[in-house]
Amino acid sequence: MTFFFYLFAGVAIGGGIGVVMSKNPVASLLFMVTTLAAMAGTFVLLEAHFLAAIQIIVYAGAIMVLFLFVIMLLNLGHDYRKDLKGGAFAVLSFGVIGSIAGLLATRLRTADAMPAEGAIAIDAALAEHGAVGAIAEPLYTTYVVPFEITGILLLVAIVGAVVLAKREV
Amino acid sequence: MITEALMLSAILFVIGTFGVLVRRNAIIMFLCIELQLNAVNLSFVAFSRMFGIEGQIFVFFVMTVAAAEAAVGLAIIISIFRHYETVNVDSFNLLKW
Repeated sequence: MTFFFYLFAGVAIGGGIGVVMSKNPVASLLFMVTTLAAMAGTFVLLEAHFLAAIQIIVYAGAIMVLFLFVIMLLNLGHDYRKDLKGGAFAVLSFGVIGSIAGLLATRLRTADAMPAEGAIAIDAALAEHGAVGAIAEPLYTTYVVPFEITGILLLVAIVGAVVLAKREV
Repeated sequence: MITEALMLSAILFVIGTFGVLVRRNAIIMFLCIELQLNAVNLSFVAFSRMFGIEGQIFVFFVMTVAAAEAAVGLAIIISIFRHYETVNVDSFNLLKW
């Protein structure tokens, strides 16, 4: 269990570094797909089976293919000009973000004592309703209004994307 | 496991933020934003082990918003590419004072 978690974590971090560092946008995107797949693995280990499936199907399957279409449509990846910004800026930004993350990590050290009540509730819901039902039951009862608003958001996004990408409106 | 997942989430978020700050290619910056969203998703899933199923439901909404954002953002990048013939963000300085 722990071994698999560290395996997935290593693949995810390596893929993330690949996303940032590779020159070719297509290679960068394939690293991103690797990262997303590894994160789906960690979702499974955290008992979020439905989200792991959605992560693979929607994120790695649909959104990343959309990115790939755009990269190939715009015919990017042929100019290997230097894409990274200068050294001092990079070091400074990495230092700032790294120190924020380090601060967070030191706070997390004390988080072990927190109660895992949620885990018991989720395991009970998984046993009762199954992997999809455990999410669907609250999604269609308590959170049904946000769920419907999400549908409107997607409609607006579809219309917006068509209007923006069309040649002549 | 929860603490390790939160650590992994923090590391991935840092990598994503770093990418947004240092890359000039707009599509790669966009990919790095997706990486940040995913890092936050991971911490939501980890916190759902502590506080209940709501975390996982929120991840569901984040994924939907990410899909909408990717569609609109890529459309904007395509329409910018038509005007400037590049996706290098240093070239888009029309709004710079």
